[in-house]
Amino acid sequence: MRMFVFAKRNFKEILRDPMAIVFGIGFPVIMLFLMSIINKNIPPEAQMTLFEINRLFPAVSVFGLSFISLFSGILISKDRTTSLFIRLCASPMKSVDFIAGYALSLIPVAVIQLIIALAVSVVLSLKLSAGVILCVLSCMISAVMFISAGLILGTVFTDKAVGGIASIIVNLTAWLSGAWFDLDLLGGTFKKICRALPFANAVDAGRFLIAGEYSSAVKPILIVTAYAVVLAVCASVVFSIKNGRDK
Amino acid sequence: MYAIELDKVTKKYKDVTAVDSLSFKVEKGKCVSILGVNGAGKTTSIKMMCGIIKPDSGSIRVMGYDTVNERNKVGSVIGVSPQETAVAQNLTVRENLEFIAGIYNKKDADINSVIEKLGLGEVEKKRAGKLSGGYQRRLSIAMAIVTEPEVLFLDEPTLGLDVIARRELLRFIEKLKGRHTVVLTTHYLEEASILSDVTAVMAKGRLKAFGTTDEIIKMSGKETFEEAFIALAGGEDLK
Repeated sequence: MRMFVFAKRNFKEILRDPMAIVFGIGFPVIMLFLMSIINKNIPPEAQMTLFEINRLFPAVSVFGLSFISLFSGILISKDRTTSLFIRLCASPMKSVDFIAGYALSLIPVAVIQLIIALAVSVVLSLKLSAGVILCVLSCMISAVMFISAGLILGTVFTDKAVGGIASIIVNLTAWLSGAWFDLDLLGGTFKKICRALPFANAVDAGRFLIAGEYSSAVKPILIVTAYAVVLAVCASVVFSIKNGRDK
Repeated sequence: MYAIELDKVTKKYKDVTAVDSLSFKVEKGKCVSILGVNGAGKTTSIKMMCGIIKPDSGSIRVMGYDTVNERNKVGSVIGVSPQETAVAQNLTVRENLEFIAGIYNKKDADINSVIEKLGLGEVEKKRAGKLSGGYQRRLSIAMAIVTEPEVLFLDEPTLGLDVIARRELLRFIEKLKGRHTVVLTTHYLEEASILSDVTAVMAKGRLKAFGTTDEIIKMSGKETFEEAFIALAGGEDLK
């Protein structure tokens, strides 16, 4: 299967890029330690639970996954500028092989990222439970969404532009997800916008699942899934149109 | 059956006609050189023959397959070495060859033999991005032939190589003739003379001459191939 051969190549390319390791795996780990230290220094009378590990783990996991948009965007846009891409375009590969090959190579990166974040969170006192496992699984839906978003950006923009544009997604995830501050504090239109976008729903889904509030997690999971499906279909269509393939 | 048939192929980019009504046929197993100065339309022609870009009008058939309507079938019978070295930078030499063999579903590809033929043995475990320009070029060509394609497209294969590396590569390409139909673009007249059975001279997107080196000299009324090429590339028509 061509898509698996292509995915294997992409996976190796990503893992052999030191920046991918630093941002993809190192950064979430640093955030977990940093926020845990901050949490320890918040006095109990403040009644701030945002950085407690059972609420922090889903937030950092989703935030860390947003970097996958950056990886996938840069990977595909860089590929498009190379002669290797010309070679591959002249091969019998179809659009589906390209898109699935890129996506499949990034899924293991997301899994590795989540496992490391989980291991660090357990060290930082997160108790393993069915809810935690379901939270990790729900994060995989977010991973598909971020991968698809990156593939669209990488197909449409140049390798020079895509880094900056994909970092907007990272920033949106940071500011609109409720990861670092409670969205109820701001309320109003800002909160409504956050609830309509997938970032806060992705974090909420994880937090509900860890808290054992499974029925509350259904709606945010469905919203994130809808975004993931739409973006995955768009990525496939945009790639096919842009590269005029499949005959 | 011809390996390659171009019939009145035209490609325009906005107001610029990159390739203008190009027609020629190449027999199986032959080597054709496409000669021309920068901007003559050589690379655009190769990209159209490979099915990477579509012609605005006219048709191209490679091993009987239409490059627009049967693009994937064309893809399965050709090998391409683009102008710049087309290698996966973070994969080793062997991994690059395994990768391409996998993309073409060639499980029985003789990777060891290709590594040996192109003298890549001593660097086979090195990442492609760490190789010298000469080795990268050899690897790029190895990736084009590892799938045993029926038609091989080599776009400026010796560009940027030193004299010795260039000589070695030319010897290797010469050995490919007969087993593969080879389409070669080049700036170097010497390469075209040594390697090709037929030469196509292009200027400003148009085919100015097509034939053996001797035929082109004769048709141009010049003394040498260089004089003939300069006249044709400069816009003169055949007498």
